[in-house]
Amino acid sequence: MDQRIIHISVNGKSYEREVETRRTLADFLRIDLKLTGTHLGCEHGVCGACTVLLNGHTARACLTLAVQADDCEVTTIEGLAHPDGTLSELQLAFRECHGLQCGFCTPGMLTTLTEFLNENLSPTDAEIRDAISGNLCRCTGYQAIVDATLLAARKLREKRV
Amino acid sequence: MKPAPFTYHRPQNINEALKLVAELDNYKIIAGGQSLMPMMNFRFLMPDHIIDLNQVTELSSISKEGSFLFLGSMTRQHTIHTSAIVQESAPIITEAYSLVSHRQIRNRGTYGGSLCHLDPSSEQPCFTAALDGVIEVASKDGRREVPIAQWTAMYMTPDLAPNEIMLGAKLNIWPVTHGWSFMEYSRRHGDYAVVGVAVLVNLNKDMHIEKISLTLCGIDAAPVRLNIAETSLINHPADEEAIQTATAEIENLSNIMEDALNTADYRRHLAKTLMRRAMTVAFDRAKQRIS
Repeated sequence: MDQRIIHISVNGKSYEREVETRRTLADFLRIDLKLTGTHLGCEHGVCGACTVLLNGHTARACLTLAVQADDCEVTTIEGLAHPDGTLSELQLAFRECHGLQCGFCTPGMLTTLTEFLNENLSPTDAEIRDAISGNLCRCTGYQAIVDATLLAARKLREKRV
Repeated sequence: MKPAPFTYHRPQNINEALKLVAELDNYKIIAGGQSLMPMMNFRFLMPDHIIDLNQVTELSSISKEGSFLFLGSMTRQHTIHTSAIVQESAPIITEAYSLVSHRQIRNRGTYGGSLCHLDPSSEQPCFTAALDGVIEVASKDGRREVPIAQWTAMYMTPDLAPNEIMLGAKLNIWPVTHGWSFMEYSRRHGDYAVVGVAVLVNLNKDMHIEKISLTLCGIDAAPVRLNIAETSLINHPADEEAIQTATAEIENLSNIMEDALNTADYRRHLAKTLMRRAMTVAFDRAKQRIS
């Protein structure tokens, strides 16, 4: 078995772990670190549920090897709330607008839209839909997710002034 | 849905990587991994060795060298898509990347990965062909250059020996006055194109075509250039007749690829429609920029 020791920071906490090199980052998070908030839908990069932030940028955790995240900072759904446990503006807006139903796609939606709102605080409806084009949701029809993102953007803009 | 076991290699520079590809059997190079990892998860592919180029930072670059734009093979698609140098010197590339997959994929996916994977419907070999790209390849024994017209050895197989690695590609920069358009049809936003077209045109002071590049993807294993139309349209006005010259050549293309969803006739129809639309946009842009 080909194994390596990796050093990885997940949601601000440092880990040193020996991993099999074929272990995907998604399985590493879920099985080795017991962070099961990252969901696995298709395991071939189509559904977007496993999206995490790798050094601040979204990536499919099912298409990344854990060994490739060596010396990287990973943020998962578990790391989006503030350290005291209060939800982020985006999470609050998802609750407010009913931006989720079954919740399976939600971790990927939130990580993707967190990156998106870091780049663009005045998004249009079309830009939001483009941003989440790589995340499949079978419940909401996306409208409530778009509404939640617009609300979060407005709240974040207000906070800035 | 887990990759079969392999031995993982992480070279730190090009020389280490070239040594590995010269020595190892049944290896696969992982660049962004956005096509390779699904195939490994499905176990369509079970390589004995994975060579990860993500630490070889020398392969990630965007630079302007005289009349050429150089894209390093490990440059992320997102980096190229948002690059000011690329937008200024080859805006067709920026336009093409807005049609390439989704943000999470572009964050990891690389230009060289796409050129070596060589999907016939991919936008990246298509704009490389439109810009007369020359691919730079290295082995332990030296370097060589492969013009894009010779890059496709066969279906999804580049002209790359087992002991070679793609370093990047040199693309032609067109005059600042040129017009461009990249269009495609896909069934869902972000999918590979069923058919895609790239048009570049530069006009002279009389508003006649000085230089034109007409490229299609999703037609054959390699991007298809409409060479006959390109030659006959020199000094021709940028008008409806010029568009008909291009669509007539598409009408006569033989051996258009087919699959269960898309017949050759359907692809031909899409190619003509998209070529008409893209030439119209490129002509308009060129006319605005020259006047």
